[in-house]
Amino acid sequence: MTYIAKPKIDLPGQKRNVLGLLQRDYEGSMSTLCAGCGHDSITAALVQALWELSIAPEKLIKLSGIGCSSKTPAYFVKGAHGFNSVHGRMPSVATGAHAGNRDLICIGVSGDGDSLSIGFGQFGHAIRRNLNMLYLIENNGVYGLTKGQFSASADPGSTAKKGAPNLMQSINPVATAIAMGASFVARSFSGDREQLVELIKAGIAHPGCALLDVISPCVTFNDHEGSTKSYAYTRLHKHQATAADFVPAAGEITAQYAEGEVISVKLHDGSSIVLKKADSDFDPTKRSSALGYLEKHRDLGEIPTGLLFIDEDWPEMHAIYGTAAKPLNAFTFEELNPGREALEKLQREMR
Amino acid sequence: MKRTDTSNPDYYHRVVDCQWGCPAHTDVPEYIRLIAQGRFTDAYMVNRESNVFPGILGRVCDRPCEPACRRGRMDEQPVAICRLKRVAADHKDDIQDRLPVVPKKKNGKKIALVGAGCASLTVANDLMPLGYDCTIFEAQAVAGGLMRYNIPAFRLPAEVLQEEINYIVNMGVAVKYNHRVESLKDLLDEGYDAVFVGTGAPRGKELKLPGRYDTENIYIGIDWLESVAFGHIESIGEKVLIIGVGNTAMDCCRTSLRLGARSVKVMARKPREFFKASAWELEDAEEENIEIIVNHSPREFVIENGKLKGMTFEMMEYVIENGGITAEKITGEVFIPCDDVILAIGQENAFPWIERDLGIELNKWEEPTVDKVTFESTRKGVFFGGDSAFGPKNIIWAVEQGHQAAISIHRYCQDESLHERLPPTLNLGSRKMGMHEWSYSNDFDPAARRKMMHVSLQSRFEELGREVELGFDAEQTAKEVERCLNCDIQTVFFDSLCIECDACLDICPTQCLTITENGEREDLLQRLKAPVLEAGQPLFVSDALKQTGRVMVKDENFCIHCGLCAERCPTAAWDMQKSFLQFPQAADYASGSHNGKSPCQQRKAG
Ligand SMILES: Cc1cc2nc3c(=O)[nH]c(=O)nc-3n(C[C@H](O)[C@H](O)[C@H](O)COP(=O)(O)OP(=O)(O)OC[C@H]3O[C@@H](n4cnc5c(N)ncnc54)[C@H](O)[C@@H]3O)c2cc1C
Ligand SMILES: Cc1ncc(C[n+]2csc(CCOP(=O)(O)OP(=O)(O)O)c2C)c(N)n1
Ligand code: SF4
Ligand code: SF4
Ligand code: SF4
Ligand SMILES: [Mg+2]
Repeated sequence: MTYIAKPKIDLPGQKRNVLGLLQRDYEGSMSTLCAGCGHDSITAALVQALWELSIAPEKLIKLSGIGCSSKTPAYFVKGAHGFNSVHGRMPSVATGAHAGNRDLICIGVSGDGDSLSIGFGQFGHAIRRNLNMLYLIENNGVYGLTKGQFSASADPGSTAKKGAPNLMQSINPVATAIAMGASFVARSFSGDREQLVELIKAGIAHPGCALLDVISPCVTFNDHEGSTKSYAYTRLHKHQATAADFVPAAGEITAQYAEGEVISVKLHDGSSIVLKKADSDFDPTKRSSALGYLEKHRDLGEIPTGLLFIDEDWPEMHAIYGTAAKPLNAFTFEELNPGREALEKLQREMR
Repeated sequence: MKRTDTSNPDYYHRVVDCQWGCPAHTDVPEYIRLIAQGRFTDAYMVNRESNVFPGILGRVCDRPCEPACRRGRMDEQPVAICRLKRVAADHKDDIQDRLPVVPKKKNGKKIALVGAGCASLTVANDLMPLGYDCTIFEAQAVAGGLMRYNIPAFRLPAEVLQEEINYIVNMGVAVKYNHRVESLKDLLDEGYDAVFVGTGAPRGKELKLPGRYDTENIYIGIDWLESVAFGHIESIGEKVLIIGVGNTAMDCCRTSLRLGARSVKVMARKPREFFKASAWELEDAEEENIEIIVNHSPREFVIENGKLKGMTFEMMEYVIENGGITAEKITGEVFIPCDDVILAIGQENAFPWIERDLGIELNKWEEPTVDKVTFESTRKGVFFGGDSAFGPKNIIWAVEQGHQAAISIHRYCQDESLHERLPPTLNLGSRKMGMHEWSYSNDFDPAARRKMMHVSLQSRFEELGREVELGFDAEQTAKEVERCLNCDIQTVFFDSLCIECDACLDICPTQCLTITENGEREDLLQRLKAPVLEAGQPLFVSDALKQTGRVMVKDENFCIHCGLCAERCPTAAWDMQKSFLQFPQAADYASGSHNGKSPCQQRKAG
């Protein structure tokens, strides 16, 4: 917990984005999380990514459930919309918000407890619906806010702070999401800022539900030896399967790659994601390849990171439902309430 | 890069920009903190330890600390360090019982000091407590040197000066007033164990132009100020020209106004950016409606029937490139009428009383050859300090040179090597405890520098000695102390503790921290989160960090010492620690064994 106010200091040479905003304009209120919490690093990555993308704060909605992780939205982009919902219910609220205003950029921040324990059902349906949002899980293997009980993502055999081992199987959000038909699935680590920022940008640009599982050590309850979600363990075992470069619509792909190593995915808004693969046997556009790859590396005791699966063409929620192109809140009252005549006409058609 | 060696006291000293900038290394942040706590006497004593004359310097110091101040790099004005020094002096209690104790039993060594200026007084201040018998020979009837009779009383009141001189003289220094030393040879023959020459740079420079010696109304600035101070001159003509635009010129023009001049013009040969006077002295003079005329080069004094009518000047035009004059051109000539002219174009050394066969080397400008470390001349046992050693500077330099000369005199009298000197030492003490309560106040205050209030223009000229600056009031003081960034509360890094969680990097409000792959300096500089703008400031580079082998890099340049990194660090890899720098003085050579360690801890509080 930080008591000192972070001063606003204008230094010579500080950079502004296209909107003329400073990076600090994308900060939120002072974090109340434990010093050194991975979640705060993710917050910083979000700040950087959103600033670099020059997203106008009022175009953004931040949603969350309950948990230390779910407090994150308070700590970035003060000027954005936000909804801190009940435990595990972030996806429902996000669905409603996005149904009402499809023009909003939607970032849901959840925890492993929030999404894989109490909110597991909600998690699955957001993916199934391909809700156009960045769905970010800050995954620390414990319920941080309630003092460190194992969560559903705790690996079997890993131990709690006082030494008790976890005997249950773990839910792997990445594999689960791919199996459930997600259109964008990635994993990162709070301590890998470079990778994380690119994946956040790609996830925001992706037209559909972009699941980003971020290993985010709980420095207070799960950073000991015996933990498989600690800074040290994650650094030792992570394996970068793909390096993603997000190239905005106006940008240009400049880097040179050897053939076969690289896939470039063009998104609908003209931007693209350039993926550099570490292993030639892996094809992140194929569900079977992705799942097989995850299983293979689980056997090797590795934690694959990077963009692990992508299907650009799967329709997102509004396309599936065939809703109006205009956000609901932009319709006039008369358009939304065409009157008794119109209702009766509709009913007649349905008889 | 290799891990930065922070064990050398210089590393953390440089971070404390003001203390690094002060010739006497005054512990500025410490005394500002004490003022903030209302401990004015303690703040005064911290000052006195290094600069000996806090009340005087709190008014007229040349303040090299202020342009150095870190606060000035944050797009703002520096902390009003000098004015705060005066606050401590103005509000202190009686300090008599906190002065160094002078032993009853003398050590049998006799020291002669020539001149009772700040340099000699500092030497006496340092040697008296060690049991030396100090005799000062002073040509005038009072002590203080230029501080007394050149710096006008409206800038430095006589009481303030006298009080601080008394602290030293009352230690039992024998001062022989009205005693001009006419022969160093005679003095040496009197058998002193060592002689210190603190006679200043007493000769004002001449301007030998046609007409110079045909009138009584042309004065040498420093001599004129002296005559005014001693009451020999009480008036001046209506129209006065001051030649030169240094600090002496500023004192001459403002004094002229107080002696009845109606129109005073300061004539400068060059454009404003080449003025020697300090910005605040120019400002104060211009506030009093002094006219400063640039690009006028003096040509001739115009005398008619033995009376000064005015001066002619050549009007100049300069080509300025990269801050330097590369060509000049005379564009015309102009006559400016006046009743009196004061020449304020510099001072020189003069030693008519030093015989040339004593083994004391003087060059053709009468500058003595003086060792820059020991302040010994080319004759053993004869030391120089202050303006007499290296030409006119200012008080704080004279004080520091006095401290160094005192060490040398002590070593000389004890038959010990003058060149073997104790190194400065550094103490670091954690400030984790009480960071939010009592240990120090680290909330950044965005307030602007407080403005010094002045006596109104109506009443300021009523009396020659009326002090113009009023000093800070309580409210101004309270605001100004909070502007200090506490640069002495250092960020100390413990490499092996860092788990690379990035918390410190993310919270740092100035982005001066980076964790990155190691590399050569130039390469590292490219990869820092914020560009390094001040190449002179140190760059801290850690050892390879445990988990990834990368390094923590800190650019000391823009750290505001807010303590957020330390507060955010889960493992206390960053710790806020107060640096306590010790600069050995003569007393530290006197007590017990040294072993390269300075015993001055015992003298200090805090
Ligand atoms: C007009 C003016 C304004 C200044 N303003 C400032 C200022 O605002 N701030 C600042 O820091 N500095 C200022 N200075 C500079 C500062 O006053 C000097 O740098 C400082 O006083 C030097 O101290 P000192 O002890 O070396 O010599 P001095 O102060 O010059 O003292 C020398 C003493 O030796 C005596 N003496 C000389 N010859 C003999 C002899 N043969 N026998 C016996 N006694 C002798 C003199 O009478 C004098 O008392 C100013 C200087 C001038 C001229
Ligand atoms: C309905 C409901 N059940 C239980 C809780 C208690 N509770 C609060 S936070 C939390 C777990 C949070 O874990 P996670 O989502 O992993 O967040 P973390 O704190 O680890 O970031 C639980 C069980 C609650 N707030 N509401
Ligand atoms: S308890 Fe764990 S998850 Fe919660 S703030 Fe502290 S370190 Fe972060
Ligand atoms: S004290 Fe720490 S957080 Fe504050 S400016 Fe310095 S390095 Fe940055
Ligand atoms: S907060 Fe501490 S542990 Fe974390 S990166 Fe900074 S120094 Fe290292
Ligand atoms: Mg959790």
